[in-house]
Amino acid sequence: MVEWNFLAVLADADLLLQGLVNTLKVTFLALLFGIPLGLVLSLCRLARARFLSMPAAFIVEFFRTTPPLVQLFWFFFALPILIDVRMTPYIAAIVTFSIQSAAFFAEIFRGGIQSIDRGQWEGAQAIGMNHWQSLRRIILPQAVKRMIPAFMERSIELLKTTTLVSTVAYTDLMFQANDLAQKTFRPLEVYTVVAVMYFVVIFVFSQLSIRVEYRLARSGESTVR
Amino acid sequence: MTDSVIRIENLHKSFGSLEVLGGIDLDVRAGETVTVLGSSGSGKSTLLRCINFMEMPSEGRIYLHGDLIGTDEGGSVRYSESELCRIRTRIGMVFQHFNLFPHMTVLKNVMEGQVTVLGRRAGAAEAKAREQLERVGLSDKADEYPARLSGGQKQRVAIARALAMDPDVMLFDEVTSALDPELVGEVLRTIRQLADDGMTMLVVTHELGFAYHVANRVLFISDGRILEQGEPRQILREPATRRMQEFLDGHAQFRLPF
Repeated sequence: MVEWNFLAVLADADLLLQGLVNTLKVTFLALLFGIPLGLVLSLCRLARARFLSMPAAFIVEFFRTTPPLVQLFWFFFALPILIDVRMTPYIAAIVTFSIQSAAFFAEIFRGGIQSIDRGQWEGAQAIGMNHWQSLRRIILPQAVKRMIPAFMERSIELLKTTTLVSTVAYTDLMFQANDLAQKTFRPLEVYTVVAVMYFVVIFVFSQLSIRVEYRLARSGESTVR
Repeated sequence: MTDSVIRIENLHKSFGSLEVLGGIDLDVRAGETVTVLGSSGSGKSTLLRCINFMEMPSEGRIYLHGDLIGTDEGGSVRYSESELCRIRTRIGMVFQHFNLFPHMTVLKNVMEGQVTVLGRRAGAAEAKAREQLERVGLSDKADEYPARLSGGQKQRVAIARALAMDPDVMLFDEVTSALDPELVGEVLRTIRQLADDGMTMLVVTHELGFAYHVANRVLFISDGRILEQGEPRQILREPATRRMQEFLDGHAQFRLPF
């Protein structure tokens, strides 16, 4: 008969909370850098000039098709051999997940932009807008609205993927959990608590995103015509 | 050659190996309403879209108020994006499918180009927008979103949006073709009002009645060329070519017999 004992875990709850804060920090920063970078990548990929679209397509496809753990190890262990940088687990995590998210967000941006009816570009063009003005004032505001569900989805995916940073000894929630499990010999309770913590954070976030989607649908200026 | 607003010389347009316009010459004078008729695929929409460079001409020259659009480079004409944007502010265009901006209110739709492109102040742009909405009879819809309007109202907003830029000429590309028949009248009345106000206009349409009653001149385009042109009462009653006669017969086929 298994005996549950959460006391040992609760005694070190602050360790786990610190880990959660670090997890959220990496996620947040990866979003902060990844979203604008993703927009730039998508615009390059959509550009008619091949010297822009080819490299952008390569970066996007490369980071979408390689395992995130390999990317992380490459930035942490391999990059410092190539160039003279001191990689900390923290920096490696931010760099990896910023670029990786950018690759995914680029595709979301591209899908959103391409989903906007050609007539919207023409309507903007007909009142004298240049490409950039059309994009900024007419296309993106409509596209972003359509992208929000995919954005939310991807952000949740990112939060889960950040558990990988524990493998390069960044003190995220997963790392703290491993640490605590070894120290207390209570893996059952530790990993149960950690699973619940991830669940609560992600559940709250996804409920929030459902709320946002619902509000968007209701305010619903239809984007068709 | 007084008061030429748009002059087109030898305009050609091909998509790949398909020639859509095979040499159009046309002069539209100030205050003139020119109606362009033709079967679908005849090139009439392409003609209109070449005039404001939504499509780039393959060959030929277009003049606005006597000035060549683009730069002459030893026979061929080169266009810069910034010049074309400037030109488009002076050539208003209204589309079959309205192309209103759904994320903006009616008022913002009509203000957008004035503020973003012409750099007018918000106050001045709003005053202008309200004036143009009044002109198309939609003052009370200023704060609505386009999705809440009928097709006819949307099209009138689109007309107001184009007018707010103070264009020298207006292009109408089958603007009633996507409308329910009972909504066609309100849009045609709006365009007729513009004609009466002296606006210079090129109107691609299937509404023969509009051509007959409002236009100063009717063009009939077939296979990318102007086959006939003339005074509407003359040309619509007694077309000179069999091709145009067939076109008119096709339109008359299901007319009420009284």
